[in-house]
Amino acid sequence: MIKDNLFDCGHTACLGCGEALAAKRVLQVAGKDVITTDATGCLEVFTTRYPETSWGVPFIHSLFENSAAVASGIEAALKALGKADEVKVLAQGGDGGTADIGLQALSGMFERGHDVLYVCYDNEAYMNTGVQRSGLTPFDTATATSPAGKYSWGNEHRKKDIPAIAAAHGIPYVATSSVAFPRDIENKVKKALSITGPKYIQIHVPCPLGWRSKPENTIKIAMLAVKTGLFPIYEIENGDLTGVRKVSEPVPVEEYLKLQGRFAHLFKKDGGKDEIKKIQELADRNIKKFRLN
Amino acid sequence: MKTFIEGSRAVADAVTVCRPKVISAYPITPQTHIVEELAKIVANGKVKAEFVNVESEFSAASVVLGSCATGARSYTATTAQGLFLMAEVLFNISGMRLPIVMTCANRAVSAPINIWNDQQDSLSMRDSGWIQLYAEDNQEALDMHLQAYKIGENKGVLLPVMVCMDGFILTHSYEPVELISQEDADRFLPSYQPEDYLNPDNPVTMGAMVGPEAYMETRYLMQEAMENSVKVIEDVANEFNNQFGRYYGGLIDTYKLEDAETVIVSLGSVLGTVKDAVDSLREKGEKVGVLKVRSFRPFPKDAICEALKGAKKVHVLEKAVSIGMGGIVSSEIKAAFCGKTGVPEIVGSIIGLGGRDITVETIIGILNGSGDSSYDQFIDIKKELVEDPEPSDEAVAANA
Repeated sequence: MIKDNLFDCGHTACLGCGEALAAKRVLQVAGKDVITTDATGCLEVFTTRYPETSWGVPFIHSLFENSAAVASGIEAALKALGKADEVKVLAQGGDGGTADIGLQALSGMFERGHDVLYVCYDNEAYMNTGVQRSGLTPFDTATATSPAGKYSWGNEHRKKDIPAIAAAHGIPYVATSSVAFPRDIENKVKKALSITGPKYIQIHVPCPLGWRSKPENTIKIAMLAVKTGLFPIYEIENGDLTGVRKVSEPVPVEEYLKLQGRFAHLFKKDGGKDEIKKIQELADRNIKKFRLN
Repeated sequence: MKTFIEGSRAVADAVTVCRPKVISAYPITPQTHIVEELAKIVANGKVKAEFVNVESEFSAASVVLGSCATGARSYTATTAQGLFLMAEVLFNISGMRLPIVMTCANRAVSAPINIWNDQQDSLSMRDSGWIQLYAEDNQEALDMHLQAYKIGENKGVLLPVMVCMDGFILTHSYEPVELISQEDADRFLPSYQPEDYLNPDNPVTMGAMVGPEAYMETRYLMQEAMENSVKVIEDVANEFNNQFGRYYGGLIDTYKLEDAETVIVSLGSVLGTVKDAVDSLREKGEKVGVLKVRSFRPFPKDAICEALKGAKKVHVLEKAVSIGMGGIVSSEIKAAFCGKTGVPEIVGSIIGLGGRDITVETIIGILNGSGDSSYDQFIDIKKELVEDPEPSDEAVAANA
C-alpha cells in the first residue's frame, strides 16, 4: 500500500518536536521513490513502535552507528539490481548517531562516493536516552552529563563542525538548514537529490524536552538560532561556499538563550554575563566567517 | 577436472558462481586472499557485482545488511578481531532474518595478538543467530558456500550462514579441487527472490522498535528457524551429492565409527590429522573412530547422541576455550547427553590454540592418556611458561 502521506501522523513524538516537523518535510520532498535508513534515536523510536509505522516509504533501522553504511549497501544493491535510476537513498540520523558514534561510517560513505543523501537532525544532545551531551551540544549547555554546577558552566566543548568535515571529503553538496525555514529545507533536499554522489544536510531541530523550552516556542527558538548567528544557514557546493541565509540585523544571543532552560544557569550564576559574552563571540565569529550580515 | 589452487582462491571462485550482487569486506589476515581474489574477479567483470571497500568490518557487515535487505544476494568475509568488531551487526543481521553468507577464516583472538589458527572467533559468536558450518578441507570449503546460500535462503530458515574454514591451514594451502562451473552452480542454486525487501512499490518498515509484547516471539521464531535448518542442511547436502557426487555429511559425518569404542569428535581441518591417527591406531587393532561436527549451529544434538551411543569413551578435541568453563564443544556434547542412559565417558581436550601445531602424535597421546593431565583440559602446555611467574630469558628464548 502506498500512503499519500509518506510520513504519517499518529507517531509518538513529543509536543513541539522539531525533528518530527523536519523529517516530515524532508520526506514530502523526497517523494515515494526513496529508500530510507535511520540511526537508532528518537526518530526511529517514535515512528516505528511495532506493529505500527509512520513510514509510507521503505524504511530500515539497523543500529546506532551504521545508518550511513547501511545506506551504502542499499545504494550498492540498487546499482547491482539496475534500479539506481529509479530509486533514491535517504540516510538519516540524529546528532549523536551522525557526529559521534556514526562518524566513521559517515566518512566512509562520503569517501566512497555513494549516491546517498544523508540528513542529520541536529537537536544538540542524546535526547532519546535522556538529554546527555553529544559532540554537537553547544558550549555552556547544561545536559544530564554536562550539568551546570558550582564548578561547571555545562558543556565545556564547542559544537563539532560536521559540515566542514563533510565538505573536506570533497563531496558535491553540503548544507545546513533549520526547521524554522521549511521552504529552505524543501529547496535543499530537492537540490541535493538532483545531484549524484554523497550529499549532507544538517537541520537544526529544537527539542523542547531537552532544551527545556515551551513546545510552542520551537519555531521561534530555531529562528533565533539563525538570527543570532549561532546556527548559520549555508550551502557548500564542491568545496565552495555558494549560499548563505543573510542575517541583516543580528539578534543578541541572550534573546535565544533566555528561552531555554538548558542555558538558565547563565542568567542565575555570578559570572554568567562573561559566559554569555563567550557565546556571543561564537555567534560573531559565524557572522564574520559566513558573511551573514 | 581438478585445479591446483589456493583455498582462498577456490572459495572466491565458489562465491563468484553463486552470483552475489554485493560484496563488501575489510582486509584482515588470513581472510585477505579471498577478498583480493573477489575484487579481481569483479574488476575483470567475471561477475556483475558491486564490490564495496569499506573503512571497517563494522561497515562491511552493515553494507551487506543494507544490500541484502534491498533484495541483493550479498557476501562478506572476515576473521577474529574483524568478526568481533562486527558482533553487534551480526546479531542485527540474524534478527532481521537476512540470509547473508560470510566466510570466517578462523583465527585466534587478541590479546595477545596472534594471527594464527584456532576457532575461538566463530565459536565465541555461537549465540549470534548465525548458522555455523565448519569445513574440513578446501573442496568442502568451496562446496559449502553454494550449500550455505541454499540453506540460508530457504523460506523456512532465512538465517545468515557463516562458513568457517581454518585460517592459513585451509585459506593459504594449495590443494587440487573441483571448481564449479557457472551452469552447474545455476542449476543448484536458484536466484535470490526474497518476499519482503526494501522496495518503494511495496514499502515495508524493517528494524522497528519491538517492546516486551512481541520481542520474545522474534527469538522464538529464530530458534524455530534454526530447528528447521537441521533438516534443510541434510537435504541440501544430499542434493549437492546428487548433482556433484560429493558428500561430507550434513550436520555431522563419521569415519570408521561403526564398531568404535573410542571416538574422537572435532571440527574443521584438524579432522584430516585425526583420521591419520585413527588409521594408524586401527592398524594396531584399536577400535577407534571419528565424528565430525559439520554444523555447530544448529547444534546437532540428536545426530551426535545417536552417532555416539555405542561408544565407551569420547574425546572432544577443540581449538577454543570458554574461560571459566572449559571446552565449548565438549560442554555442549555433555549437555546433549543429559538425561539419557548409556552415556559414554566424555573427555574434552583443548588443543592448537593460536596456531600451536597438532600432530598425529598429539592425538594418539591424548587417546593413550599419555599427555600431561595436570593442566586440566589443555594439551601440550609448556610447563616452563606457566609455572614460573617470571620465566628466565633462556626459557623464553628456547620457546621462541
